[in-house]
Amino acid sequence: MTSDLFRFAAPQAFFPLAGKLIPWFSVLAGVLALAGLYVAFFAAPTDHQQGEAYRIIFIHVPAAWMSMFLYVVMACWAGIGLALNTRLSGMMASAIAPTGAMFTFVALWSGALWGRPTWGAYWVWDARLTSELVLLFLYLGFIALKSAIPDPVRSDRAGAILALVGVVNVPIIYFSVQWWNTLHQGASVSLTRAPSMAATMLAGMLLLALAAWMYSIATALCRVRAIILERERDAEWVRMTKDQMQAAA
Amino acid sequence: MNWGSLNEFLAMGGYGFYVWGSYGVAALCIFLEVFFLNKK
Repeated sequence: MTSDLFRFAAPQAFFPLAGKLIPWFSVLAGVLALAGLYVAFFAAPTDHQQGEAYRIIFIHVPAAWMSMFLYVVMACWAGIGLALNTRLSGMMASAIAPTGAMFTFVALWSGALWGRPTWGAYWVWDARLTSELVLLFLYLGFIALKSAIPDPVRSDRAGAILALVGVVNVPIIYFSVQWWNTLHQGASVSLTRAPSMAATMLAGMLLLALAAWMYSIATALCRVRAIILERERDAEWVRMTKDQMQAAA
Repeated sequence: MNWGSLNEFLAMGGYGFYVWGSYGVAALCIFLEVFFLNKK
């Protein structure tokens, strides 16, 4: 069983598997997103303090969760690649970075548009906001660094070190609202306490968070396939696969 | 049901700009990411 799973560490074996999984995760992402948006706009009641502006949290919180989670996953793959020299690990890290950066941007953007009506400012240099901005720069730095080094082995190694050093920022983001006196509110949902929000609100947020997970898996798999084809372009199987794909198209 | 009419839905209790600005840009980001992924 284990040896069967490890077989997929080879790009050649992983490529068709990823291709088979993408449609499933895409459909799941679509269905969960529609259900989540329905709950967010039609089932969840108006917030008695923030009015309708609070509906931004249904996109903001899942995007912020994903931005941190994807960074940790990316750093894990990068670390595995650095330690074990597995080719696919570095490719997985590269495949995750743009989606992570996208969610970080969405979290910052939706946060700004929520902050204006709620706090009276689009942006403040608060610990939570600043550390999330640093996360965006870490993602962009990772992408830029990797694309600046043409040799894949060196590129993966340099990227891995940056990703691993930057991972220290993730707990800083997460705990910033406890460690410092921030304008940003504390967590409404945590693993240790019962959530301090209505059940329908929580349901909408969790549905959209799950949709964001499925979306991230689908885009990462799609991107890793493109990276595999690019990096292994001299391999015989890639030439054959490309011929087959062109014949099918 | 929270909304009496489409206009009420779009107005979001006066926060339409902020709410739709958030969801609109998020949708645009996702659209662009999927578009460029398919082009690869």
